[in-house]
Amino acid sequence: MSSTTPQASTTTDARRSFLSGFGKFTLSATAVALLAGRDRLALVGSAEAKTAGNDVTILNAALAAEQEAIAAYQVGATSGLLQKPVLDLAVQFQGHHKEHATALATTVKKLGGTPVAAKAKYTFPVEKLKTQADVLGFAAELERGAVSAYLGAIPILDDRELAKVAASILGDEAMHWAVLRQALGQPPVPSAFVS
Amino acid sequence: MKLPFALFIGLTLGASLCQAADGDAGKGAQIYQRCLACHSLEHNRSGPRHCGLFGRPAAAVPDFTYSQALKSAGLTWDAATLDRFLENPLKAVPGTKMAYAGIKNGQERADLIAYLKQATHDPAKCPQGSSH
Ligand code: HEC
Repeated sequence: MSSTTPQASTTTDARRSFLSGFGKFTLSATAVALLAGRDRLALVGSAEAKTAGNDVTILNAALAAEQEAIAAYQVGATSGLLQKPVLDLAVQFQGHHKEHATALATTVKKLGGTPVAAKAKYTFPVEKLKTQADVLGFAAELERGAVSAYLGAIPILDDRELAKVAASILGDEAMHWAVLRQALGQPPVPSAFVS
Repeated sequence: MKLPFALFIGLTLGASLCQAADGDAGKGAQIYQRCLACHSLEHNRSGPRHCGLFGRPAAAVPDFTYSQALKSAGLTWDAATLDRFLENPLKAVPGTKMAYAGIKNGQERADLIAYLKQATHDPAKCPQGSSH
């Protein structure tokens, strides 16, 4: 498979990043550790390949949403509406979404699928984003939706290791959501359960 | 005695079914937040926009690339078809790209559908041109 080399280098890079000790790389290291376990897929027969196809659809749906979130944070970060330290948070959160997207795309490839490409253009309600609070509210809405999307993906993923990766991303995005709510002056954690 | 009893059961059952179908659009708006990673009313995202949804055939937004499965499902969106689809999209339309387990709670679905019915034809939320 021609894709082996880039994947291997992604893995090494992520591991190196993790070893550099920044907390924000923990997620990708987790994902990478789990992704490493996917190598056995190279050996599986057609029965597992079929369920892998189902998981590819789910991971690609998540990947598409991550790419959109990256683009949305780009709009927010370059809007001129965000002041420090909120701006730094937005950039950091965007970085997390980039890591999620990389992990998801790598896994889709490992499963024999083709990762969806990011769109050239996304349509966001920019005309409604006039203040810092508008931008934060929009980001919070996306993060809240992402939590639900992963929650809706976990029960239908056939592979439990992949469900674990999805849960790991869900946790990260739930934290983003809480921090954004806090920045908006809302109760950061609105309830005991997310849905 | 048998007939009136059956009638009583029938009426009670009918009443409770009607109640479940009677959704609260306000609560539905909250539930719709679960969909916002992939959908918005007005704009296509990784899922199709929802303006104009109610009463429209499935897979009808012209500038969205749907799965073959949804295109050939032969569905028109109304309370009944949405209820079935949203409970378990992958079971209702095997092969759909909507990778989401679904909303298992019937009252939550009723609330969500009441919201969709209202919002997808609300000119304030769905300005001209967003419903096609
Ligand atoms: C993970 C992303 C994702 C999530 C979360 C999601 N959807 Fe979808 N949805 C999609 C995609 C992708 C399609 C297109 C399906 C296809 O082509 O098979 C779709 C299609 C639909 C359709 C059919 C639209 C049409 O034009 O025929 C409806 C209705 C719908 N979604 C409602 C919802 C509702 C309500 C929620 C929240 C409870 C939701 N979706 C959550 C991705 C998502």
